[in-house]
Amino acid sequence: MSGRHGIPKSRWLPAYVGLYLLFLYFPILLLPIFSFNNASTTTFPLAGFTTKWYASLWGNSAMLEAARNSLIVGISVAILSTILGICAARALTRYRFRGKKPATGLIMAPLFLPEIIVAVSLLMVLLQLGLELSLVTVILGQVIFCLPYAMSVLISGFDGFDRSLEEASLDLGETAIGTFRRVTLPVVAPAIVSSLLVSFTVSLDEFILAFFLSGTEPTLPVYIWGQLRFAAKLPGVLALGSLMLLISILLLTLSEIIRRRAEHRLRAQGAHHA
Amino acid sequence: MAVLPGIEVEHRPSDPPKSRTRWIASEEASGLALISPTLLYALALLFLPVLIVIAYSFWTQDYLTIDRTFTLENYRTALGEPIYQDLLVRSLVISLVVSLVTVTVSYPIAWFISFHGGVHKNLWLFLITVPCWTSYLLRVMSWKVILGYGGVMNTGLLSIGLIDKPLTTLLYNSNAVVITLVHSWAAFAILPIYVSLEKVDRSLIEAAHDLGDNKLMSFLRVTLPLSLPGVISAFLIVMIPTVGDYVTPKLVGGKDGVMIATAIQAQFGKGANWPLGAALSVTTMVVVSAIAGLVVLLLKLLVRVTK
Amino acid sequence: MPDKPMIAIEGVNKFYGIYKALDNVSLDIAAGEFFSLLGPSGCGKTTLLRSIAGFDTPTEGDIRIDGQSVIGVPPNHRPTNMVFQNYAIFPHLNVEENVAYGLKRLKLDATEERRRVAAALEQVRLGHLGKRRAHELSGGQRQRVALARALVMRPKVLLLDEPLSALDKKLREEMQVELRTLQRAVGITFILVTHDQYEALALSDRIAVMFGGRIAQVATPKEIYQRPNTRQVADFLGGMNFMKARVTNETATRISVETPRFGGVTVDKPLGFIARNGAATIGIRPERLRVLWDDARSDFEVAGKVVDRHYFGEITHLIVDIPGLEQPLSVSETNNFGADDIPVGDTVRLAYDPDALVAVAD
Repeated sequence: MSGRHGIPKSRWLPAYVGLYLLFLYFPILLLPIFSFNNASTTTFPLAGFTTKWYASLWGNSAMLEAARNSLIVGISVAILSTILGICAARALTRYRFRGKKPATGLIMAPLFLPEIIVAVSLLMVLLQLGLELSLVTVILGQVIFCLPYAMSVLISGFDGFDRSLEEASLDLGETAIGTFRRVTLPVVAPAIVSSLLVSFTVSLDEFILAFFLSGTEPTLPVYIWGQLRFAAKLPGVLALGSLMLLISILLLTLSEIIRRRAEHRLRAQGAHHA
Repeated sequence: MAVLPGIEVEHRPSDPPKSRTRWIASEEASGLALISPTLLYALALLFLPVLIVIAYSFWTQDYLTIDRTFTLENYRTALGEPIYQDLLVRSLVISLVVSLVTVTVSYPIAWFISFHGGVHKNLWLFLITVPCWTSYLLRVMSWKVILGYGGVMNTGLLSIGLIDKPLTTLLYNSNAVVITLVHSWAAFAILPIYVSLEKVDRSLIEAAHDLGDNKLMSFLRVTLPLSLPGVISAFLIVMIPTVGDYVTPKLVGGKDGVMIATAIQAQFGKGANWPLGAALSVTTMVVVSAIAGLVVLLLKLLVRVTK
Repeated sequence: MPDKPMIAIEGVNKFYGIYKALDNVSLDIAAGEFFSLLGPSGCGKTTLLRSIAGFDTPTEGDIRIDGQSVIGVPPNHRPTNMVFQNYAIFPHLNVEENVAYGLKRLKLDATEERRRVAAALEQVRLGHLGKRRAHELSGGQRQRVALARALVMRPKVLLLDEPLSALDKKLREEMQVELRTLQRAVGITFILVTHDQYEALALSDRIAVMFGGRIAQVATPKEIYQRPNTRQVADFLGGMNFMKARVTNETATRISVETPRFGGVTVDKPLGFIARNGAATIGIRPERLRVLWDDARSDFEVAGKVVDRHYFGEITHLIVDIPGLEQPLSVSETNNFGADDIPVGDTVRLAYDPDALVAVAD
């Protein structure tokens, strides 16, 4: 396959890809590197290995508070986005009705808008409604932002799910609810889990909406932002950042594995549909 | 990784055509009913707020009270004040440059994965996109570390001997903003282009070769035009959100790299001039959409020329 | 039709908007029959099958299974089971669990359930693959799982929606034999939907040929093949040579015609036959024309020039121009005697059996 459709530059292309990957990963890898560095500034050469910055995190009550908030927000956003995403994904893949394109467009819109505009518009509405800024307002706002991600995962999960599986279940005597429980749910479960993981991760890492919509209870990114003013706190922030990085990557890898395995099973259903 | 644009929800062609019988009508009703919670949520918390922002842009604020008489004063300020003009232009230029660079730089990668990825396509995609799923804030921070006075770039160049004292021009200017944004968006741009390239029927390329094109020509005349929707998607995904970026200019932009988002945020903080903030937001959206639209048209024209 | 039919379809119409998928379809299917619905894509055969299964509801008309009307009855309450075109094997369950799926609701005791599942799998010769999952099975194996899963439910009627269309030729032919054997062993009514005429001819006790939502003819395979009612049916089941003949006499059941070159014959009158301008369309199948070699003679023969020849391994198709006939004759001859060597341009003599001539309603 290699070289068959290649344009003449196929010799430097792999090198380019390698360079690109380096460009992508290097900045991110710096965070963990300096988080173990025994100095409070981020300069080379490295000054020796230490885990003291990580140790300092455990005693940091403000950070632990922020972590707790992030957890609450993340789980709530994940559940809410996934539930709303399931409704929409099922409707879009299973039913015929007018207005599919505009509906999809509206739900996916946050991907194509500057986050700050989403943030300020939500801020205005929520304050107008008399709501106080709190974790609840953060949750409400982040769901809008996570929905497109949840929807993508769920739509590809539902799409690969052939209608004839549900018909077969009915044909074999099962009720509609029984079909949902015994066939639909298990088959789309991986997509649902994937959606939960992705939504949680996106929420965990999300900054702008949290920044604008949180009151006195910061999430981790908002906490980090506050710490950036203090140069001395930088290594601690790097340690925290590295941990968050690790968690995000782990969760997303897990989500991808689950999604892939399920897709592999569904794809084997045959080349004669869709 | 999950596909973002390119959501196809068409049914199989063997399904019977649309109708107006009671059965199908109730299917439509069920479908609408099912999607309604999500739709209502999006309407209430996305569409409605945007409408309200537009409304606010025509009102004025006096400390805490809102005067609802229609006025274009905010737009006069937003479009007339040199400081806002400057910010807007700078933001547009930066987002344009970032999106063009990002798309250009990402296309070969998407092409590589699609045509040379082989069995490991998904793995490549995953590797490429993992960085972009991590915290945006952290990524910008890492660039601060790289470009700083005592940062990685400088100390690295110093130690090789390419420079004899640290460069101050790396950080706190628009260049830093552009580099950081390109890095942040690089992986996002790959996905839509990749999806588009995957849809290109390989036998079309073979047909082009058969009819006399060499590899470069077949790329320009067949592959590129067919992947255009993906390119446009990628372009829009990068350009529009970038124009309103807040974190990057704040962290690495310094005085030279300030963008419009800073001004917008100020109106909602101590500045307390919501209507002005609204006007600035609307202006930004309108202008960036217009420019994006122009670039898309240009791209389409360019491709038509290569035919 | 002795006794009450297992399936009685009466005056079924199905509309999708203004599109008529089924047009006044009436049909009786006997218990224990292997019945096929045959026709090109879009003819309504799948819609009819799904209406029997309960996934489509007729706009008008009645469907009775074993005497009971099933209109309005959902699929899970009907005494039918279906083998879907893409098999619809549940990907999250293994083979045994798939087959046991419908039994779960019967709340059988575990040993009984296991016994029935094992028996069903044995019947389709998949006993050893019980723990496998869908993506670990070949197409033919998945098809058999779908069969076992439906049969274990002991339905009164088994519905098969083009079950073999996704398999390659050799496998398809093997499965066809297996299906027939299985049906005879199990003894229940099978209704098969297919677009493959050879499949229908090989497997069925009776065939209903459908075009455009209507039933064109219902008969045994032999009757459908040898005495097609209409030109459309004749054409769909293999090739046919047609010619216009002059009607000389017409009774209630027979017509006498004077054919160009094939003499005068009296044939059965097809259903719905109307002589147009005193003419009838007469047909004869290509394989019913036999090449006469050397000095062989026949009471019934025609002669003409070979204008084209196509080799198909077992047989050769000769296109023979007969003076007096508007269209050249298509002759299908086995290559045992050298039909594949007849030079184009040579004159050949063809023998035929006058009984092979049929009249078709246009």
